[in-house]
Amino acid sequence: MNAPMLSRRAFAAAGLALPFLARVADAAVPANKKFVVIICRGGMDGLSVAAPVGDPDYAALRGGLALGDTALKLDGTFALNPALANVHKLALAGEARIAPAVATPDRARSHFEAQDVLETGAAGVYATTSGWLNRSVQAMSAAGKIEAISVGPTAPLILRGPAPAASWSPGRGVDTAARLPMLLQDLYKDDPLLGPALARGLITETMARDSGATDDAMGGGMRAGAAQGAEAARALGEALAGFLKAPGGPQLAAVSLDGFDTHANQAGLLSVRLTALDALVDGLHTGLGPAWKDTVVLAVTEFGRTARVNGTGGTDHGTGSTALILGGGLKTGGIVGDWPTLKRQALFEDRDVYPALDLRALEKGLLAEHMGLDRRMLDTAVFPDSEGVRPLLGLV
Amino acid sequence: MSQTDIDAAIATTRFGLGARPGEIAEAARNPRGYLKGQIRRQGADIFKTDGENTNQRLAEFEAYRRERAMARTAAPAPTPAADAKPAMMDAKPAPDDAVKAARQFIRQNTAGDMLGRVQLATDTDAGFRERWALFWANHFTVSAIKVQTATLVGPFENEAIRPNVFGRFADLLGAAETHPAMLLYLDQAQSVGPNSRAAQVRRRGVGLNENLAREILELHTVGVDGGYAQADVTEFARALTGISIAGPRDAGVEGVVFRAQTHEPGERTVMGVRYAEGGREQAGAVLGDLAAKPQTARFVCTKIARHFVADDPPPALVARLEKTWTSSKGDLARVAETLVGAPEAWAPRPAKFKTPYEFVISSYRALGQEPRGLGQVNAALNGLGQRPFGAPSPKGWPDEAGPWAASDALVKRMQFAQALGASLGPRVQDPVAFANQTLGARLSPASATAISRAESRPEAVALLLMTPEFQRR
Repeated sequence: MNAPMLSRRAFAAAGLALPFLARVADAAVPANKKFVVIICRGGMDGLSVAAPVGDPDYAALRGGLALGDTALKLDGTFALNPALANVHKLALAGEARIAPAVATPDRARSHFEAQDVLETGAAGVYATTSGWLNRSVQAMSAAGKIEAISVGPTAPLILRGPAPAASWSPGRGVDTAARLPMLLQDLYKDDPLLGPALARGLITETMARDSGATDDAMGGGMRAGAAQGAEAARALGEALAGFLKAPGGPQLAAVSLDGFDTHANQAGLLSVRLTALDALVDGLHTGLGPAWKDTVVLAVTEFGRTARVNGTGGTDHGTGSTALILGGGLKTGGIVGDWPTLKRQALFEDRDVYPALDLRALEKGLLAEHMGLDRRMLDTAVFPDSEGVRPLLGLV
Repeated sequence: MSQTDIDAAIATTRFGLGARPGEIAEAARNPRGYLKGQIRRQGADIFKTDGENTNQRLAEFEAYRRERAMARTAAPAPTPAADAKPAMMDAKPAPDDAVKAARQFIRQNTAGDMLGRVQLATDTDAGFRERWALFWANHFTVSAIKVQTATLVGPFENEAIRPNVFGRFADLLGAAETHPAMLLYLDQAQSVGPNSRAAQVRRRGVGLNENLAREILELHTVGVDGGYAQADVTEFARALTGISIAGPRDAGVEGVVFRAQTHEPGERTVMGVRYAEGGREQAGAVLGDLAAKPQTARFVCTKIARHFVADDPPPALVARLEKTWTSSKGDLARVAETLVGAPEAWAPRPAKFKTPYEFVISSYRALGQEPRGLGQVNAALNGLGQRPFGAPSPKGWPDEAGPWAASDALVKRMQFAQALGASLGPRVQDPVAFANQTLGARLSPASATAISRAESRPEAVALLLMTPEFQRR
């Protein structure tokens, strides 16, 4: 294949520093720790992800949405949604835990404001235009040892920013050594947006081909667009695993799942979405193989939903929700953070799960312990103005 | 190169949807007049569909729902998640042929509407008028991602949006929020006042749904910083109760209905204003007040400036639009004229990166062709993350470069350009002339040289579509 030639050309044409390519030649730098963020967009109902079936107020509050005997038991209080069978298996093996009452610092119950805060890692809305995962790249790449990738057709805010980040989505392969890409790289050489983007796109294509992450290799199961079907989600997880474990592959990754905004007929809708989430996790887990032990996966959402069922078999925008923490190197333990309970006086504004844990504490803890970021960078650069939010340690 | 040549290129590419052959020459006679001439009271063009209106589509969907229910009773292989399937993704075959046929029908309806919309955009001589309509369709997003609304997006746009885009904002707002497609998309149709007569009779399983109220405030009018709180959302949702859609039991009635028995009785307070009990008129009064708020003018004018001119719009332009909006009480034709007349909108440097839809449409326009089917268009839009009629959320499609300029997306744009160059490129006689008529004064010397050196017509066309100046507007 002509890949190395293309890579050099892409590198030169875009004037880019591409550490993950450089490392192909320099295998001496260990780069085995991986961190993946799954963003569940739309406001995932935490009480349906990990249902507090043992909480005395749960059944009454949840009415027809309460999970019954089919829920997958975690402990005396919590049980996972039946759609999360693979996550449950991992939990039983000590490789998945739940944080049942997390929230970003935002309280506006707006999807768009909350996703902004979730992805920028800022203390308030629209405070910064780059994402915290991108700034994590920056914080680490001083040592020249990190790259990042998002999976999906558009670039998520969490990875947008000054540090170079690649993106990839399934599609037909491209002959990266053909004439057109060469000509375009010349045409883009002074273009600060298109030049670097095309160069990284071509390199990522080469990597996808080398790691077997093509639609054909995956049995045609991947389709461009949102990965909603379970098979598409599993294939996406496997493809992402292929990138992560490629020699010199990216260490940070982000992937989005849509459709968690369940205002009506929630049970069926959510079951489909959680099945996709479960399949994505399973694809990552099986795809990573031995590298799973060096990987942490964090599944988060912008806010939880109302504790009570609304008038249309669904739930409205709320506050606290559930995060999933998964990985082969997790320490065993119970729930992460406190459980504020569903007692009426414990509900946030008499309607939502109380936000007992700042999501940034969880993210900072994982970046510190798993990826080795230092506290000062986490407090100021990665999560600006977050000195008061102590990293939650002891998870890995 | 004269200023008029530059303005003609800007008029057709930034304000319009990209130049068709000969369009830049036409615009060059009077670039601003060329655009202002496209503004008209009767609204934007209506795109071609199979002729069915919302009520017919609703009836078809109801028939499909019945078929499906019957099929389920006949063969109890429940697919509890059928509702959740995005309409345009391949769904698992249903147990019954009738259901399958009905589902196929839904998909064909949606695809047919989209083809009509794409062909209007690729063929129209009034590119600015069409872009203006697309802006408002995106502002009032109804997405086909919800199977119940998939066949309604086209009729919604033609019935509620397009006729009103050069009228008063308040009328556009009213038409959009009370259209059946919006009522279904944002779950209003099922919302019931907790103290309404209906709720007294059927205590369980009915109640308020605040989705529409919240999104009207946050996305359609005052914006998230518009000065409302959770209590305002809930109060507005109560005021909206009763507005619903006729069902099978409402014999002889079609479309939007007001059900007094599900309306929450009593006075409401929204953003500090008290609204007396007044049935359907109560929500109408709230909508009218929201349309007139200065926060709405600020929020929507900022969006217009961002869409047309720059991700970070010049404050002077926003101020200009706001001034017209306020003095004309939200007259959108006047706002459009102000946009065309604003010097900030004509800055030579193109600051906007085309969305996938804009890129695909402008590519066909450059070649003077309309797509005969949706195959290539759908493949490109799906691959680039802008599924036809399938915005991921009520916020609609993003309007900034950030999300669309992903590295993967550049590769996929290149693949589309290559494919289109291969299929339509051989018809292009003189590639250099083609480049000039497409970009006019905006064509850079470097691009012109690269195109003149292309080894084939398909390659020249692909190159042109991928030049930095064609990717922007």
